[in-house]
Amino acid sequence: MLLIPCPWCGPRDEAEFHYGGQAHVAYPADPAALTDEEWARYLFFRDNPMGPFSERWNHTSGCRRWFTVTRDTTTNAITPETSR
Amino acid sequence: MTRRDREVLSFTFDGRPYEGRQGDTLAAALLANGVRRVATSVTLGRPRGIFGAWTEDPTAVVQIDRPFPEPMVQATTIPLHDGLAASSLAGRGRLSPDPDPARYDATHAHCDVLVVGAGPAGLTAALNAARAGARVILADDRPEVGGSLPDTGEPVEGRPGVEWARAAAGSYVALPDTRLLTRTSVVGYYDHNYLVAVERRGERAVTRERVWRIRAGRVVLATGAHERPIAFAGNDLPGVMLASAARAYVNRYGVVPGRRAAVFTTGGGSGDAAHDAARDLAAAGVEIAEIVDARQGGLVTGVRGDGEVRAVLIGRPGGPAREVEADLLLVSGGWNPVVHLFAQAGGELRYDDRIAAFVPGRPPEGGQSVQVIGAARGVFTTAGCVAEGLAATSPPDLPSTVTRSSRESRVPVDASAPGDAPAREDAGPSGEAGAQPLWLVPADDYTTHFVDLQRDVTVADLQGATSAGLRSVEHVKRYTTAGTAHDQGKTSGTLTSAVIAHLLGVDVGALGTTTFRAPYVPVSFATLAGRDRGALHDPVRVTAMHDRHVERNAVFENVGQWKRPRYYPLPGEDMEAAVLRECRAVREAAGVLDASTLGKIDVRGPDAAELLDRLYTNMISTLKVGAIRYGVMCRADGMVFDDGTVIRLAPDHFLVTTTTGNAAAVLDWMEEWLQTEWPDLRARCTSVTEQWATVALAGPGSRAVLAALAPALAVDAESFPFMTWRDTEVAGIEARVCRISFSGELAYEINVSWWYGQALWDAVLATGTVTPYGTEAMHVLRAEKGYPIIGQDTDGTVTPADLGMDWIVSKKKPDFVGKRSHARADTARPDRRRLVGLLPEDPDVLLPEGGQVISTGHLPPPPVPMLGHVTSSYRSAALGRTFALALVAGGGNRLGDRLYVPVNDTLIPVTVAHHVLYDPESTRRDG
Ligand SMILES: [Zn+2]
Repeated sequence: MLLIPCPWCGPRDEAEFHYGGQAHVAYPADPAALTDEEWARYLFFRDNPMGPFSERWNHTSGCRRWFTVTRDTTTNAITPETSR
Repeated sequence: MTRRDREVLSFTFDGRPYEGRQGDTLAAALLANGVRRVATSVTLGRPRGIFGAWTEDPTAVVQIDRPFPEPMVQATTIPLHDGLAASSLAGRGRLSPDPDPARYDATHAHCDVLVVGAGPAGLTAALNAARAGARVILADDRPEVGGSLPDTGEPVEGRPGVEWARAAAGSYVALPDTRLLTRTSVVGYYDHNYLVAVERRGERAVTRERVWRIRAGRVVLATGAHERPIAFAGNDLPGVMLASAARAYVNRYGVVPGRRAAVFTTGGGSGDAAHDAARDLAAAGVEIAEIVDARQGGLVTGVRGDGEVRAVLIGRPGGPAREVEADLLLVSGGWNPVVHLFAQAGGELRYDDRIAAFVPGRPPEGGQSVQVIGAARGVFTTAGCVAEGLAATSPPDLPSTVTRSSRESRVPVDASAPGDAPAREDAGPSGEAGAQPLWLVPADDYTTHFVDLQRDVTVADLQGATSAGLRSVEHVKRYTTAGTAHDQGKTSGTLTSAVIAHLLGVDVGALGTTTFRAPYVPVSFATLAGRDRGALHDPVRVTAMHDRHVERNAVFENVGQWKRPRYYPLPGEDMEAAVLRECRAVREAAGVLDASTLGKIDVRGPDAAELLDRLYTNMISTLKVGAIRYGVMCRADGMVFDDGTVIRLAPDHFLVTTTTGNAAAVLDWMEEWLQTEWPDLRARCTSVTEQWATVALAGPGSRAVLAALAPALAVDAESFPFMTWRDTEVAGIEARVCRISFSGELAYEINVSWWYGQALWDAVLATGTVTPYGTEAMHVLRAEKGYPIIGQDTDGTVTPADLGMDWIVSKKKPDFVGKRSHARADTARPDRRRLVGLLPEDPDVLLPEGGQVISTGHLPPPPVPMLGHVTSSYRSAALGRTFALALVAGGGNRLGDRLYVPVNDTLIPVTVAHHVLYDPESTRRDG
């Protein structure tokens, strides 16, 4: 049970959150301009690093806000990211 | 209190009555009665006795029959109580067919310091931390504090150990913000210092067991050490016992486990634990036949006895053996620090040659903050343990946030309690060395050299595994099952590693251990379920009209957490008859459906229309105030995610409906896009599902019903056209009426405040011309019209075009979620599975939902080419026959084709039809 630092509510149990996968995968500005492969990369391809990983969480059972943290996938150490 | 002063308790074992004493475990009481064989081994059917004295015991697994059946419980941990009935097992227990009448619950706790283990080290650490002002929880799985002190009778700081421990515990609990949890096993150590413990509160407590979920600032593990066995021939025979266990039976329970004992030791422990045990047993009247010390070359090569030990064989392997008469053989193969929780936390272990055991090595990283003290890290002297407890929790070592020294002055402190005096003895971390690693006694035949007594795994089995080529201790574990029993390898783990290392000729430290996993001791499912069972397993959501549905004998179905009436059978009707009648009523007169469970989301803001344009496949911003539009949402991959209606209440205000089961997911979806991609959009989404009760009135007679109930409303088709809404009073209740239809008939959805839902329902039925219908009839009616149910006719691989709904996908909008995916080559394939109707050639045959669709009238050899599957299948009153919806490859190009659905051994011929089977021109929606 991770202890996740919600930027609005403080540290809360993982059970209050939903996982949102890799962070900083922006919706393309002009999807129509992308090739099928570029679009597929946006849709389906995600990193799977051993070590620090920027990921999104949603405090679904709390303030319902989305935020981003860096979690070390080898130790589960979590550091808040200041940006949204 | 001596044994004879304790209260007498009656119990039965295998049907025979016995007497024990208050404070006994079942195992202690059995030994006191001379019962030594208590189980039969699971695979080999060998007699098994009592090997340990607490949770480390691998053999004495029994069935509890009364007060309530419980399978596979360790006799060494069952507190004896009056009326207990238990019986021996051969490996597998029996679950009760009756519900457990006991209550179980759970609680959460937070503390600055959690100390696990209330022996000399843990007690000292907890007391010291509490004195420094920390919020402390001290948990120990025993009924009383002191750790091994009641087993050994050793003194601490010049006082009898048990007395010292009670005084320390007394001082501890008198301090503020302290909690002492006895009979509480910490079973799991999870991320970020989250630990789970199980408190056994007793048969008479309000809750029998309680789960503690503890988030600790810091964890101090003072979990002690387990003595370990030695592998020799017949080392599983009842009468073979860990030396420490025998000592515990004598000192803690006042029970002598035999009359004449031999001792087989490799040395090690505090002083020399096996010699101390022999001394204590002798003092209790047990004759000590011989002490065989491996350090002096002595070996026990086997035991003799039919069902239990009668004699011990002493000698050299292959040489002649001396037979020494004894009914008890005490074994001491060294000590294993209890590192389970440390390893669960992610800590690394290292092999310590000095004590021939694995000890805590590199601590875990991440959010764990853990320290191991005392015997759990190989410090085996009592004084050393006390010193470790002090050092671990001295104020400079505590996080500054937990040091609240102002508390101290207000707290009366027992000056004689431990912790005040410095440790007098040498308290270095060296502890006691001297264990001679002797893992197994060499022999020609290893088939009765047991390493795991619970799983019947022998040295011969390990030989089989290594000669089969296995090199990893994890692989050997899975190949032989060694260490997989309820005891989690407490006695077998290190021995197994060591024997494998010996067989492979490698260093045991390099070979390592298997992974330590929770739970440390067995935990029942009833405990984990707690109160979340039966009616409390999951929240049940009911509508404002629920009582009326119950009164009408509705048969309910679960839709998410909602209870929805599926149909309302009249006396003598089965489901089929009821549903046909309800469908006919809607098509020919008027029906009423409780539609309150549909998800409703209020969307407001200057950019609300823009938000909905981006999320729905069709255009929403062009919708006029007062009008309603059906819409479909896709995921970014282009697949249909949800559908529903959008009504525009004001230029900046919409109400959207979702499917019942997807309401929360759709709200999440909208909020995610708003927050993460489009934070510039000024729009807010609010769930209002439970603010609006909804009654759907459907059928050609519905206009007259509404007209009677809403006299102020102009109900003619011109004044109140399809896909518009009006605010009015219905049956005197403020209402919003929407002219939408999910059946193809003239229909209205009347929305009122949830509070008035039942009043509205009653008013509609009081007209006497309306038939209530349930979700099953609703499904049939919509299927006749070819309306898909998202999640039933779709499965996450279906586009709007696959559903025959190209018309709902805007060509004008530059983008919406999913649009780019609709341009992928795959979504344009002509052979994609499309929604079609299927008409069985025999109009009485009902196809099974999920049935596969194939093109041949015979079943070809596998793999059978499958064209698709049946998604919905019903009997239709309007069509006078059965029909189905299906997703079929090439769909629309197969109209009129004959296909087949294999059901059991027959192939059912069907004709492909358009998916809209009823009123394709939509002539009925205006009534
Ligand atoms: Zn929050």
